[in-house]
Amino acid sequence: MSKPEKKMHEPLIHLVKRDAIPWYQAWAVRIIAVLAALIFSGIITIILTGLNPLEVYQKMFEGAFGTDRRIWNLFQNVAILLCISLAVTPAFKMRFWNIGAEGQVLIGGLASTACMILLGNKLSQPVLLLVIVVTSIAAGAVWALLPAIFKAYWNTNETLFTLMMNYIAIQLVSYFVFVWSVPKGSGKIGIINGDTQAGWLPVLGDQKYLLNILIVLVITIAMYVYLRFSKQGYEISVVGESENTARYIGINVKKVVIRTMLISGAICGLAGMLLVSGTDHSITRDTAGGRGFTAIMVSWLAKFNPLYMVLTAFLIVFLEKGASEISTAFRLNDSFSEIITGIIIFFIIGSEFFINYAIRFRKIRKGGKAQ
Amino acid sequence: MAANAAIELKNITKTFGHVCANHNVSLKVNRGEILSILGENGSGKTTLMNMIAGIYFPDSGSIFIDGKEVVIASPKDAFQYKIGMIHQHFKLVDVFTATENIVLGLEEKYDVKNASAKVKEISEKYGFEIDPDKKIYEMSVSEKQTVEIIKVLYRGADILILDEPTAVLTPQETQKLFAVLRRMRDDGKAIIIITHKLHEVLSLSDQVAVLRKGEYIGTVKTAETNETLLTEMMVGKKISLNITRDEPKHPEDRLVVEDITCMNRDGATILDHVSFTARSGEILGIAGIAGSGQRELLEAIAGLQHIDSGSILYHNPKTKQTDNLRDKTPLQIRALGVRLSFVPEDRLGMGLVGNMDIVDNMMLRSYRRGKTMFLQRKPPKDLAETIIRQLEVVTPSVSTPVRRLSGGNVQKVLVGREIAAVPTVLMAAYPVRGLDINSSYTIYNLLNEQKKNGVAVIFVGEDLDVLIELCDRIMVIGSGCVTGVVDGRTATKEEIGLLMTKSVHEDMEGGADHVKTGEKNA
Repeated sequence: MSKPEKKMHEPLIHLVKRDAIPWYQAWAVRIIAVLAALIFSGIITIILTGLNPLEVYQKMFEGAFGTDRRIWNLFQNVAILLCISLAVTPAFKMRFWNIGAEGQVLIGGLASTACMILLGNKLSQPVLLLVIVVTSIAAGAVWALLPAIFKAYWNTNETLFTLMMNYIAIQLVSYFVFVWSVPKGSGKIGIINGDTQAGWLPVLGDQKYLLNILIVLVITIAMYVYLRFSKQGYEISVVGESENTARYIGINVKKVVIRTMLISGAICGLAGMLLVSGTDHSITRDTAGGRGFTAIMVSWLAKFNPLYMVLTAFLIVFLEKGASEISTAFRLNDSFSEIITGIIIFFIIGSEFFINYAIRFRKIRKGGKAQ
Repeated sequence: MAANAAIELKNITKTFGHVCANHNVSLKVNRGEILSILGENGSGKTTLMNMIAGIYFPDSGSIFIDGKEVVIASPKDAFQYKIGMIHQHFKLVDVFTATENIVLGLEEKYDVKNASAKVKEISEKYGFEIDPDKKIYEMSVSEKQTVEIIKVLYRGADILILDEPTAVLTPQETQKLFAVLRRMRDDGKAIIIITHKLHEVLSLSDQVAVLRKGEYIGTVKTAETNETLLTEMMVGKKISLNITRDEPKHPEDRLVVEDITCMNRDGATILDHVSFTARSGEILGIAGIAGSGQRELLEAIAGLQHIDSGSILYHNPKTKQTDNLRDKTPLQIRALGVRLSFVPEDRLGMGLVGNMDIVDNMMLRSYRRGKTMFLQRKPPKDLAETIIRQLEVVTPSVSTPVRRLSGGNVQKVLVGREIAAVPTVLMAAYPVRGLDINSSYTIYNLLNEQKKNGVAVIFVGEDLDVLIELCDRIMVIGSGCVTGVVDGRTATKEEIGLLMTKSVHEDMEGGADHVKTGEKNA
């Protein structure tokens, strides 16, 4: 079967891990990726729909920025997604795969809802708001604390644990939506305290979303400073990079895991509060709307840097808004916009591969084959 | 026996980048013969065997089977020539039974009854004790090894290669394995066994091939050799390195380790009643085959390894107090005022964080300084610049991730940081491994300087020439036990080599009487 003349061939293409490339080259690769994505999805558009891709892109842009209302809406969505992305970031930096942000947000939102319904007319507005903030943060933190404790002490798999906690949160929300539904048995809560506005976050100026946006802005900067300049942030990096090193320099790994997850859950809880108390004034099981999972992508794309996360969150929301606009404007079904979004994200993520690896082709040697 | 050797290697050479793993190695094994391959760690034994098994491909040289030249380009080719290798780390599927693992990957139709019967037949023939229906995860290490051996026999192998098969076995299990191997030899199989335990070589094999640093030293008949001769072949003649060594100044006991015993997670003893004293102003060398408990010993002292019994006493030169470091965390040890520095074996996985830059790595020891919750990056940055200047670290800048630096420069960063903490005890595990000559001498000089400053230096090394020239005393450990302590100024390589391969629980036939007791204390 194997003949003696069998020789080893050098493969035609092989991949070589690169050293660091300068930042401008890295960005050039990313920009080329976006352009390539636009061209490629343009071709797909023509083939599938026969529409002019430039018109399609223009509509996308309008969908996101077309009117003042749309712009505020865009920023509100960016703010919430960014907030959840910031929440998962410290856990991810520690290599703790918290995919339970969805549940942590929901449970925070549920805590806000409970306060608004049960305490709405019993406490003065400032006290009520304080209670809402504290309970929703605490609820999110507890939701994250459970898997953290199990991970720290018994090394259970945090991915499964946090994932399962999502379903518990969703079921709890369904249950309480049923219990508190208005009118009874309708299965909907509707606007809570619509008359008194008890437990609603105040509106700055006349912009409903401004306060949310400002709060997330503060969290962004705080998270950047925390991760980059604080001792705790440094400990998170060391634990994430190498648990052995952490033990070697005397970091209490259990403590860091638990503390970091508390922070992660707390910010998720806060995001839930911003959604319920800040904008929706109601809750459904879709309040988090999958953002707990999208946030993972936002955080990774930004390489866990809170400042880059502003850009990646913006990109994702822009694509979502734009895509839904083109499907209504051109009467295409939803799948088409999802195709476009998918292509663009695929190219962007793919560009990271070319930043880390170089492709080498087999050198053509004089005198034919290698040896 | 056949006229031609079962397998013969001629002038095999294999390099990995700049490292030459095997250089012009030639050896042969006849049917009905056991050949031991003897050599220290990193002498190229496993690489050589992997080439026979088709995992690596030699750069040059040729392989003959039954006198015919062959090309073994893949494990599948190796199969064709009835070569079977039993690796040091088992390659079995945990949730499958013994039989399922044995037939896994065969292209014949799977028939449980047939397969089980064949497994039974092989077991009976050679005297294996195995339950074919037992799942791998329920098996002990020696049972798993048995499955691996049956697996290659099932495939009809008649040239068997075993890579350090006894490393994971108890003495009783080793005995059983050897009985099986002898039966297979008598059945006409050719067996190659990799080991560095001399008494096993002497009790089992017919011939011994010795490798040293990738070079083939020679093959001798077991009957015509003894432990001393083999050790000499294995460690080589003494090479003079001209490392400076001053007389220790006013040595006093700094760290007294008394009778410590540690178990690993599986309950196996990794340190067995180890006692020694490290003195100030002195370099204490620790020699031994890799994996004899060196890492665990240093980690136990550093507060990273659970200790089951014994104590570690530290005599504080300032307060004149004595503290027991046992069961203390690294932070608690530091809180006692013990200035213990530790250069671990795993530089980028323990001593440093590869993805962090030099400044952040400097901060590992000192980041807790300062009252605020924020880091102070200025002092570590100054330290990084000082170390780069003084130790001539080659790096683009202080903000380069350390994994981008070459091995020597990584080590300078790590040793530099540990020394900057002004230690009273400095432990270094294989600090010159993989370093070029110049970087190695930089490290020796740094250790000597620390010794001059009155630091108790503990140096775990693998190169006996270095240990003999650098250390004041050398402690030898084997299988978790101290097998002897010798004076670095008078010790010979053979003496240390014998202590390294000596087993304290000697119950191999023929092994025990060859070993001299290591009573030469410093």
